[in-house]
Amino acid sequence: MVLIDELILQGVQMTGVLLLPPLLLGVTRKIKARLLRRRGASVFQPYRDLLRLLHKRPVMAENASWLFRAAPYLIFAFTWSAAVLVPTFATGLVLGRSADLVAIIALLAAARFVLALAGMDVGTSFGGIGSSREMMIAALAEPAMMMVVFTLALIAGSTQLFAIAAYMASSAVGLRVSLGLSFLALMIVALAENGRIPVDNPATHLELTMVHEAMVLEYSGRYLALIELASAMKLLLYVSLIGCIFLPWTLVPAAGGWGACILSFLFYIGKLTAAGAVLALFETSIAKMRVFRVPDFLNVALMMGLLATLLLFVSKGF
Amino acid sequence: MTEHDKGAHISTIVSADVWEATCKEIGDGRWNLLALWGDTGLVRMALWDTRENEITLIGLACPEGTFPSVARHHPPALRLERAIKDLFGLVPLDTPDTRPWLDHGRWGVCEPLGQNRPAVAKTPYVFLPAEGESLHKIPVGPVHAGIIEPGHFRFTASGETVVRLEERLGYVHRGIEQLMAGADLPHAAKLAGRVSGDSTVAYQLAFARAAENALGHAAPPRAHWLRALMAEMERIANHLGDIGAICNDASFPLMQAHCGILRERVLRAAGNCFGHRLMRDLIVPGGVTADISAKATDILRRLLDVLQKDLPPLVRLYDNTPSLLERTVGTGILKPKLARQYAAGGYIGRASGRNFDARRMIHYPPYGALNFEVQMRLDGDVNARVWIRILEVKQSIALIRQILDGMPEGNIFAPPPLAGTPREGYALVEGFRGDVFVWLGLDAEGRVRRCHLRDPSWFQWPLLEAAIEGNIVADFPLCNKSFNCSYAGHDL
Repeated sequence: MVLIDELILQGVQMTGVLLLPPLLLGVTRKIKARLLRRRGASVFQPYRDLLRLLHKRPVMAENASWLFRAAPYLIFAFTWSAAVLVPTFATGLVLGRSADLVAIIALLAAARFVLALAGMDVGTSFGGIGSSREMMIAALAEPAMMMVVFTLALIAGSTQLFAIAAYMASSAVGLRVSLGLSFLALMIVALAENGRIPVDNPATHLELTMVHEAMVLEYSGRYLALIELASAMKLLLYVSLIGCIFLPWTLVPAAGGWGACILSFLFYIGKLTAAGAVLALFETSIAKMRVFRVPDFLNVALMMGLLATLLLFVSKGF
Repeated sequence: MTEHDKGAHISTIVSADVWEATCKEIGDGRWNLLALWGDTGLVRMALWDTRENEITLIGLACPEGTFPSVARHHPPALRLERAIKDLFGLVPLDTPDTRPWLDHGRWGVCEPLGQNRPAVAKTPYVFLPAEGESLHKIPVGPVHAGIIEPGHFRFTASGETVVRLEERLGYVHRGIEQLMAGADLPHAAKLAGRVSGDSTVAYQLAFARAAENALGHAAPPRAHWLRALMAEMERIANHLGDIGAICNDASFPLMQAHCGILRERVLRAAGNCFGHRLMRDLIVPGGVTADISAKATDILRRLLDVLQKDLPPLVRLYDNTPSLLERTVGTGILKPKLARQYAAGGYIGRASGRNFDARRMIHYPPYGALNFEVQMRLDGDVNARVWIRILEVKQSIALIRQILDGMPEGNIFAPPPLAGTPREGYALVEGFRGDVFVWLGLDAEGRVRRCHLRDPSWFQWPLLEAAIEGNIVADFPLCNKSFNCSYAGHDL
């Protein structure tokens, strides 16, 4: 009986991270539109967009290789697996044992690798530009992310996300400088990884300034739908990640009963909405950076992560 | 000689020697080249005398179908000469660039305004070479990801840095010069208003003034003031749109949203006062077709109050957003020397130290009676071009107030006299983008024999190529938007 409950909860988690990302995107866009004094599309518009794309026949470039066709499925699979591992509303799920932070980062890196290859596959100049910019950003964001992981691992004594979340929810954590630094570092990494302003503009129509959009410029139909869903899922993943590490108090153990789980799920929706609002507000109040400023921005994240790790070596109390 | 007779003798037909000598003097900076265009068996040139502040028109007969190249001494003439070759078949001798410009080999005919021969197979267009290790080419357009006008941009980049940009234009060529030939004045005035949609008032004003110049006719005073009112409304609307769009290209849509609201208010006020949001087809040779009522004056005064209240917070928002200034300051610098050489008009020239404004330099009515300063900066970057626009919006608000206060009563239209003899006329007026030049030749029946409309973009597009050099590829859209050259006005 317990096993069945656990499987059901795991199923909820898996479908949740699959179905909620477009809503997060829709909420962010809606709030952004309201901030610009526009009415904005319905928060469900991203679902309609995905459905529309799924109904369309994909148009392929003549010289597209098998890689171009396979890439969307791989990207989607990698991202979904990663997203499933991050606790959203409950800890201690069946797959929780494999929820290692390093594994999650590796899965995302694999998705990005495939996407960058696909961007270059057709040989258009925009794809190449997008891939090269994406790899530049990734090469700087990943070390910063690793520093954050080291800090958390040093504090919680594990790289297992459920363990970290449980530790962060306990009173043993206290107020730590290193946690503050890694929180800021993780925010910067999240902005860069998801191609949000000030690193990339997801709403732009200017080919020459694109990063993520430039790589997927040649995709259409269901392939594009998969990639769009994967990138929305990645945004959700980062929101869940920040939520479960820095705001873990609403998480409940899977064995805690149905009532608690439903309440926790509602809290999770609340977290998503709040994240969407904060993101929209931030994006409205800042312009995009020059491409060559992005390394400076990400180096700040790296430095903060590094500082957080080093402080922990100075004293466990930081 | 009465005013009416002047129209017959406006340009001087010169010998090849004088033409050559003039070309050299243009290269030395004695004259600014305002326009260079073809006519049947002739090439014509409009010059701005930088010492006397006057316009001079000269022509050169080309019985052999050739003329001495101007571009050899003065590079800004290059594209104009290539266009003359494409449209009229008149060949510039010793020109540095023999490639076609407007003619992409898709018209079905050759030299449509000259021999009008059936098209011959075109050789492929060769872009200028850029060689070196690690250089790569990025072709952009003519079809873009957004809904904008078509133009092809060929970047040669070293990593992210632009080594060379070459433009290819002509995709929106509609053959307006040919449509003009044989049209009567009212129809030709309509055509002029359709050259470039955002400058429809400026074009119709320039055309009307050129026709009046040819016929030695003066529009009633009230018509002049109404024309200026429309021109300033158009300037405000376009500048507001541009300021927002530039910020949007730096991914700061907040400015665009607020500028868009203000622009919409201006257009609605124009719609309420004149019956057309863009004020098209209101200016005709002889005057204007719509007067404004006392109610319309109130609408305009209220609009000015709203603008004066809402603009300063926007300017503060622009100036207090460091992330935005980080993008605009120091990006796409146009050197004053180049702006002078190309006689760049509008905010592009004025942001790079070229103190030229047709309203001030030519004093066409009613600007002689109005009080305003030409705005100028020396830094020449995207930020400077934004600031010139901001200052000009404020200037236009003040001008409209003066116009509303000082508008004389009286007729708004005086029918132009019949031509009687073949005539020619020209006009230079200040559109929002820069000085629009119109030359037209009328036949004895008063029909347009030939009309040339020169958009300010002819001398601004080449400068964009210069301004982007050494910048990064990702900053091109920002530079391009700050120039905001016209495709339609250029391709004609």
